[in-house]
Amino acid sequence: MSQQIEALTSQPYKYGFTTDIESEDFQKGLSEDVVRMISAKKNEPEFMLEFRLKAYRHWLKMTEPTWAHVSYPKIDYQAIQYYAEPKQKEKLGSMDEVDPELKRTFEKLGIPLTEQKKLANVAVDAIFDSVSVATTYQKKLLEAGVVFCPLSEAVKNYPDLVKQYMGSVVPYTDNFFAALNSAVFTEGSFVYVPKGITCPMELSTYFRINTEGSGQFERTLIICEEQASVSYLEGCTAPMFDTNQLHAAVVELVTLDDAQIKYSTVQNWYAGNPETGKGGIYNFVTKRGKCIGKNSKISWTQIETGSAITWKYPSCVLIGDGSIGEFYSVALTNHRQQADTGTKMIHIGKNTKSTIVSKGIAAGKSVNTYRGLVQVNRSAVGAENFTQCDSMLIGQESVANTFPTIDVRTPLANVGHEATTVKISADQLFYFAQRGIGMEEALQTIINGFCADVFKELPTEFAVEATQLLSLKLENSVG
Amino acid sequence: MLSIKNLCVRVDGSDILKDFTLEIGSGEVHAIMGPNGAGKSTLAKALSGHPDYEVVSGEVILDGQDLLALDAAERAQLGLFMSFQYPVEIPGVNNASFLRMAYNAKRKAAGQAEVDPMEFEFILQEKLELLKIDESFLERAVNHGFSGGEKKRNEILQMAILDPKLAILDETDSGLDIDSLRIVAEAVNALRDVQNSFLLITHYQRLLNYIKPDFVHVMVDGRIVQTGTAELALVLEEKGYDGF
Repeated sequence: MSQQIEALTSQPYKYGFTTDIESEDFQKGLSEDVVRMISAKKNEPEFMLEFRLKAYRHWLKMTEPTWAHVSYPKIDYQAIQYYAEPKQKEKLGSMDEVDPELKRTFEKLGIPLTEQKKLANVAVDAIFDSVSVATTYQKKLLEAGVVFCPLSEAVKNYPDLVKQYMGSVVPYTDNFFAALNSAVFTEGSFVYVPKGITCPMELSTYFRINTEGSGQFERTLIICEEQASVSYLEGCTAPMFDTNQLHAAVVELVTLDDAQIKYSTVQNWYAGNPETGKGGIYNFVTKRGKCIGKNSKISWTQIETGSAITWKYPSCVLIGDGSIGEFYSVALTNHRQQADTGTKMIHIGKNTKSTIVSKGIAAGKSVNTYRGLVQVNRSAVGAENFTQCDSMLIGQESVANTFPTIDVRTPLANVGHEATTVKISADQLFYFAQRGIGMEEALQTIINGFCADVFKELPTEFAVEATQLLSLKLENSVG
Repeated sequence: MLSIKNLCVRVDGSDILKDFTLEIGSGEVHAIMGPNGAGKSTLAKALSGHPDYEVVSGEVILDGQDLLALDAAERAQLGLFMSFQYPVEIPGVNNASFLRMAYNAKRKAAGQAEVDPMEFEFILQEKLELLKIDESFLERAVNHGFSGGEKKRNEILQMAILDPKLAILDETDSGLDIDSLRIVAEAVNALRDVQNSFLLITHYQRLLNYIKPDFVHVMVDGRIVQTGTAELALVLEEKGYDGF
C-alpha cells in the first residue's frame, strides 16, 4: 500500500517548460553599480535610487539568517543575475502589442492576457522575469478609481503614494532578504484603492521566472484607504532548471480605518528534481500587512505547493483598535521540498482579533514546518487570538514540525491554540477502496477535507484551481 | 453466485486459509463460525482484496467474474461489500458525500450516469427511513467520533445504499449491546431478498437469533470442517469449538 501511495505522490511538474525568447540581461553579480543600473533601466526618480542604495549598503552589513528549519548550500549572491527582461516593444496600452510568444506562454499557464473569456472578472498583471508584460482591465479599474499597475509605473505616476508607503510596513532594515529585495527589486504590482471604494473585480498578479540563473525580486504594495476594500491573488510558476533560483519578494499591505484587504497566494514554483532535490526555487519572502486604521482587516490565504525551500511568514501588525488579522494556510511539501512557513500576529490596538488556521501536508521525504508568533502587547487590552495548527503526514519518511510562540503581555487577552497531527493510513485508503472508490479520489477527498477550512477562504474563481493543483501535486494519473 | 475453490491465503508469511472452499447461491445467507485465529477475518479481507492478504492459490468467482483478477475498488464496484469489524474513521470527509461518492463509483463502473446531490438525497432518505437512522448521521464525518454501535449502523447504511450482490459482515455483532444488535439485525433482514447473498462472520450464536441463516459453517484452522443448518449454531453455542 505504501508503494502505491508513493507512486501517487510523484506527479511530474507540468509548468517546467522554458520560453525561448530573446532577453536583455545584466551580467551576473551584485554591486552598487548593478543597483544603479536597475534603477536607470526603470527610469526611476532620485528618491527610489536612494532607497535602493541605502538598502544595499545596509544589506552588505547583514548576515543570512539560519534559524529556519531548512538546510541548503550557501547561496552565492554574485552568481545570480539581478535583471532579465524579455525583449519586446516598449509596453503600450493595447494587448495586441504583447509579444505573441509571451502571450502563448501565459496561455499555456492558464493565464489569458486578453480581457475576456475564462477569468472575465479578474484583472491580471503578468510579470515575466523582471518586467511586467501586460496588465489587463487597467482602464476599467481606473474608472472606478482603483489603480492597478506594475510597480515601476507607479513609481513614476504615483511617486507620492510610493514614497509614503513603500518600506513603511517592511523597512529595508527588517531582515536580510527584505534588504536585498529593497536594493534590487525589479517589478511587482501596485494597488491603490481610494477612500470608500470597493474594488469592482478580483485583482491578480502572475509571476513567471523564465531565464536560467536569474533571481526574481518583486515587490508588491497594496494600499486601501478608509472604507475601501480589495481582493488580490498572486500565482507563480518557473521552468525546471538544475540550478537553484532565488525568489526574494516583499509584499506590503496597508489598511486605513474600516478598510479590508484579502490577499491570496497560489504558489507553484518549481520544486526541484524529485529524486535528488537538485534545482528548484528558493522562496524567501517577506509579507506583512499593517492594519493602521480602526476596525480594518487584513486576511492572508496561501496555498503553498512549490519551491525547493519556502521561508515565508505573512504577518499582520494590528495597530488600529478593533482591527482584524487572519492567516489561512495550506502548505504541501513532497519529495525533497522543505517549507518553514507560518505567520506573526502582533496585537497593539485594543480589542484586536486574529485567527490562524494552518494546514501542513508532508509527503515523500519532505520537511514541513509551521512557525508562528502571537504577540499581544500591553496596550492590546481585550485582544483575542485563535490558532488552529494541523499537520498531515503521508508515507513513512516525511516530517512535520510545529513551532508556535505565544507572547502575551496583558492579562486582558484571550489566546487559544489547538494542534493536531494525522496520518493518512493504509486502512483509510482500503476503506475507500472497499466502497469502490479508487486511491486517487480517496487521497483527494481526504486532503480536501483536511484543507476545507482554508479553501473556503479563497476567492471562488480560484478555489477549484487550488483543489486541482493540490491533487495534481499528490497524484499520478494512473494509466 | 459466489464460488470459492481451494483458496490459500498468506498473511505476514504464515498460511492462514488452507484450501478453503465454499459455494454461496443467490439469496442465501451463510454464517461462518469458529474460534479465534481460525481465519474468519482473513477470509473477509482476502475476498475484498486487501493488499496485505496474499492469495497463494485458488479461485474465486463472483457472478461469473474472476474476483482475484480485480483490485479492491473494482471488486466493490462489482457488488462485493464488506462491513468492517473495525470501521475506519475518516475525519474531514462528510458522510453524505462519501456515500454519494461510493454510489457513483459503482454506477460509473456499470456505465450508468452519476447522480447529483439532489437526486441522491431521495435515495438517502428512503434508506434512512428503512433503517431508522437519524439524519444527523449524514452531516458528520465518516465514522469520526462515532460510538461503536453508530459505526456498525453506518456500515449497514452504506450497505443499504450500495445494494451489494454479496455482503460480508465481519463480526458485525462484536461490541454491540443487545439493542444495537437488534437494530442492525432488523436492517439486514429488511435488505434480504432473492438477489442478495450474505456471508455472516461471527463468534457467537446470538446474532443468529435475529438473522436466520440458511447454512452454518464451522471454520477451524483455515478451512471449513462442518456444514449444517441454523441448528448447528445452537449446538456450537452449547458445546463450543473443542470438538473440532
